[in-house]
Amino acid sequence: MAERLAPQLTSARLPPQATPESAEFWAGLRRHELRIQRCRACGRHYFYPRPFCPQCWSTDVEWDTASGRATLESYVVSYRPAPGFEDRVPYVIAVVTLAEGPRMMSNVVGVGLDAATPAERIAELLPADLPLEVLFEGAGTLADGEPLVLPLFRPSSAESSATNGG
Amino acid sequence: MADSRALRRAAAIVGAAETARVDVQPDRSELSLHSEAALAALADAGLTPADVDGLATAGPRPSQIAEYLGIVPRWVDGTSIGGCSFLAHVGHAAAAIASGYASVVLITHGESGRSRVGVERRVPSPATPWGQFEMPYGVFGPPTMFALPVVRHMARFGSTEEQFAAVAVATRRWAQLNPKATMHDPLTVEDVLASRLVAWPLHLLNCCLVTDAGGALVVVAGDRARDFPRPPVWLLGRGEAVAHQNVSQMRDLAVSEAYRVAGEEAFRMAGVGPADIDHAMLYDAFTHTPVYMLEALGFVRSGEGGPFFAEMRTAPGGELPINTNGGGLSYTHTGMYGMFAILESVAQLRGDAGARQVEGVELSLAHGAGGMFAAGATLILTNQG
Repeated sequence: MAERLAPQLTSARLPPQATPESAEFWAGLRRHELRIQRCRACGRHYFYPRPFCPQCWSTDVEWDTASGRATLESYVVSYRPAPGFEDRVPYVIAVVTLAEGPRMMSNVVGVGLDAATPAERIAELLPADLPLEVLFEGAGTLADGEPLVLPLFRPSSAESSATNGG
Repeated sequence: MADSRALRRAAAIVGAAETARVDVQPDRSELSLHSEAALAALADAGLTPADVDGLATAGPRPSQIAEYLGIVPRWVDGTSIGGCSFLAHVGHAAAAIASGYASVVLITHGESGRSRVGVERRVPSPATPWGQFEMPYGVFGPPTMFALPVVRHMARFGSTEEQFAAVAVATRRWAQLNPKATMHDPLTVEDVLASRLVAWPLHLLNCCLVTDAGGALVVVAGDRARDFPRPPVWLLGRGEAVAHQNVSQMRDLAVSEAYRVAGEEAFRMAGVGPADIDHAMLYDAFTHTPVYMLEALGFVRSGEGGPFFAEMRTAPGGELPINTNGGGLSYTHTGMYGMFAILESVAQLRGDAGARQVEGVELSLAHGAGGMFAAGATLILTNQG
């Protein structure tokens, strides 16, 4: 068999659509703020947005602005583009751990990875636990017509300096 | 309070069958894959659809399958938690039979996963947590999501790409003993690592097949099992769990909580441990899934799964035969493969497995995965009444 993975037949990529619970997250991104929630009862942050703490189930929760610092928890490097990602192959889909504790999916950019990079080099370019920092990238519009800004991550400046210094 | 241990051997599989072909069938609709398997499983039990009073399925709605088969079951289960749904159905059927809700339960699977003939289209909503917090980052099918945790497993335990590749190699050796398997060519670790990149660390040959096939089971009360024509297979233990929906919410990316919880409950109910198991089917959607399962189910400690496969201890001649039909990697993988894992456990326990038959199998474990580490379900089956 030549081709072993069936084509995906879902429609083209749809822009995300905010719910009342997540509207502040998306609005914050337009201000270049990474908005997450914190539980006043147990003090812990959580993501994604919901009207209660998923760790202690208190409804006494508030919005907070994350520092934007994170570490690389895990990732894949995708060579089969999703619709809209054709010119970005290969691209890094990651789970990052924010300095405040919660995890989120994102893309890690600016790591010097391209289609010519041999597979054996990937783990060197992207070691687990790599320090990261957020950057805000415009990506079209949300389903409600508001500008869509996504929180992406790149190796943190401190890490870049250390690398350059080395 | 009731204890699931009271349901040991309360139910038995007395009919089991799959479609005549399990590779690529563009001339068949999804529903006809269900019906071919269902009618064959009922015939295997010496029954007809008229005898069925309980129905469980995933994929199409149970009402669609009832309509297609022309039956009106009085107990129904549409639990749909991904590829392990059918393992969950067997456990649910046992409880239904023990409580008198049903006496003959038919469980069906059919999926035109490759050819997509007669398949209901489901478009994900952009307002769901997935639509908002994963889809925008270019996830594209299971390889990009199911493999996301693997780097953390490698970082925590030192597991390697070579070890994961060895899972495909061990499984291919079983497929070479199964004439019905889709893939038969010899395979090496080097072949896997040289196959094209899909979503590093996954290469093409780290990924399962995508096929068109169906399978079905007939479950009745354990004390009636010997009244049917084929050697009975009793349910000794079952467990299931759901841990998350979106892989980015998996609490520990190096350990599957869903698999662990499902397995612990199945072993507790069965009253046996991993060392008692003679044969196992560990749902191989990708080469890493059996590694996570071997660890989560307690066959080995966390981090020892990769070396266990790399040492070929699961291959023909090894101490713990795993995925003896050739697995999702080399036998068939429709999309919700769990039915075929159960069917191979049944084949081994009946002594029907031909050249790949494992000698002296009395206890077989089948473990299924659902979603992206989202769900797990475990069955422990025996031919000892």
